[in-house]
Amino acid sequence: MTDTSVKISDSAIRRRMVKEFWFYFSQNRGAVVGFAVFLLLVALAIFAPLIAPHDPVHQYRDALLIPPFWQEGGRPEFLLGTDAVGRDMLSRLIYGAQYSLFIGIVVVAIALLGGIILGLLAGFFGGWVDSVIMRVMDVILAFPSLLLALVLVAILGPGLTNAMIAIAIVYQPHFARLTRAAVMGEKAREYVTAARVAGAGNMRLMFKTILPNCLAPLIVQATLSFSSAVLDSAALGFLGMGAQPPASEWGTMLAEAREFILRAWWVVTFPGLAILISVLAINLMGDGLRDALDPKLKRS
Amino acid sequence: MLRFILSKLLYLIPTMLGITLVAFSFIRLLPGDPVLLMAGERGVSPERYAEISAQLGYDKPLWQQYFTYLGDLMHGDLGHSIVTKKPVLAEFLALFPATVELAIVAIIIATVIGVPVGVIAAIKRGSWFDQISMTGALIGFSMPIFWWGLLLIIFFSGILQWTPVSGRISLMYFFPQVTGFMLIDSLISGQKGAFGSALSHLILPSIVLATIPLAVIARQTRSAMLEVMGEDYVRTAKAKGLSLGRVIGVHALRNAMIPVITTIGLQIGVLMAGAILTETIFSWPGIGKWMIDSISRRDYPVVQSGLLLIAGIVMIVNLLVDLTYGLINPRIRHK
Repeated sequence: MTDTSVKISDSAIRRRMVKEFWFYFSQNRGAVVGFAVFLLLVALAIFAPLIAPHDPVHQYRDALLIPPFWQEGGRPEFLLGTDAVGRDMLSRLIYGAQYSLFIGIVVVAIALLGGIILGLLAGFFGGWVDSVIMRVMDVILAFPSLLLALVLVAILGPGLTNAMIAIAIVYQPHFARLTRAAVMGEKAREYVTAARVAGAGNMRLMFKTILPNCLAPLIVQATLSFSSAVLDSAALGFLGMGAQPPASEWGTMLAEAREFILRAWWVVTFPGLAILISVLAINLMGDGLRDALDPKLKRS
Repeated sequence: MLRFILSKLLYLIPTMLGITLVAFSFIRLLPGDPVLLMAGERGVSPERYAEISAQLGYDKPLWQQYFTYLGDLMHGDLGHSIVTKKPVLAEFLALFPATVELAIVAIIIATVIGVPVGVIAAIKRGSWFDQISMTGALIGFSMPIFWWGLLLIIFFSGILQWTPVSGRISLMYFFPQVTGFMLIDSLISGQKGAFGSALSHLILPSIVLATIPLAVIARQTRSAMLEVMGEDYVRTAKAKGLSLGRVIGVHALRNAMIPVITTIGLQIGVLMAGAILTETIFSWPGIGKWMIDSISRRDYPVVQSGLLLIAGIVMIVNLLVDLTYGLINPRIRHK
């Protein structure tokens, strides 16, 4: 067999896999809607400077707590109204998408990387390595996640970067556990033994032979963690421990809006709605991913 | 059964020690000098510094400090608050009933609504009820509860003026704490209107706290029921000509409940995290708000011991859930 023919069949297999994946994913209507909303969020975040009508931190001192345009006293240049210091709500919400997506990506990347390495080590080597790693993971899981994140932020100091690190540390045991379980299931299979007999070293066995076959549950968990990261970072922001003002992070916006809840409903309603819609979209996507990637649910 | 319990307990010991190690490291990992942190904001003279340092044992090697710490814990000494100077354990015990009351009412709401909704959604799979309730469950599951709480305050306290905004009971009522549960204490006190006041204070926070567990329980019940309904023994029961109620109530539900009970138990950790946010929004005087206040007041001994106590409680509840699971499912016990 020539080299090129192998390459062609590889990409054909990949195309088939993508096609099959999309077939199962698109069966789930909610998942497709979630995916569309998610793409919209990504677009908003990327093109925020082009879309947002105002600078998110510019304070229009003559326009404090202006209601949305459809309400009496609203002004057409501030579609969703302004906050207590005269910043345009719509622009802040659009820029807020950048924060949420950035937080989700960074948190999941750190947690995924750490969890995969620890889980691979624990599952592959077993014995005391496994015991030590998994006991440490148990300890992290024993704390309610938000509480541990709060305490970590207290140690590291409030701020967006530290909040992301704290949330990533709290989430990473889930990835470690999943990876470990998957690795232990795969380790004894023939293809791994074959690779070992063929002379593959430990690193190659772990990362090139076993890991690609454990990815499905990790992808589903990554999606769920993405939405939880958006929620938890907003909660930290709300408690004053996450992104700091004047950042237009949605949780931080809510914290600033709290004292106006009975006077200006819009400063409270919109940031929360933005959080809810993003988290909901990602969770819908996660449900679809699980259906598409979990072979047990495939009925063909 | 005894062996099952003992093995579970043994398994917990390393985790328990790990938790104490985390709590122990907490104060030592904080930026800045722990003695100065403990001494408070005003600073200390060198003599006083040496005195506090010796008193807290910071002049000894770390491993020795850890064992002293463990010894103190064994004696129930969890340190003193810097701000109030009271023992941390006493403060915790005074505030804990408020959180427990909130959590119990929340878990009751979540279970009483979540389980039937999940069962009906599973039986009428694909119906409008199934679709609406599962969409609702997914929204609940995705809800930023701190925002949800604010919305409820705007609507029920602001617009309708049905419920108070914060606290556990109206200041008009005053009676001694007997159980620490405001609902029960207000009944015991016999004061007219006290129970109603306590109830109206409790209703919004408990709904907020119940939201995520309710969504999780409804989803879990539905999928557990769907799985069980496909089993052979349910088909046999149907084939025998049993009524639908009997098939579901006696054969399906009892088996479907096993994973659901675990799910309900595992919500305790979720409730603890939720209590931090819920209590902050509603100024509910429980341990969640206490922890947040202590973090922002830099009352580190309280944070340290609060962390330990909350993790310990979550662990014990999870252990109880595990044991119940073994009790109702012999397959686990005899593994």
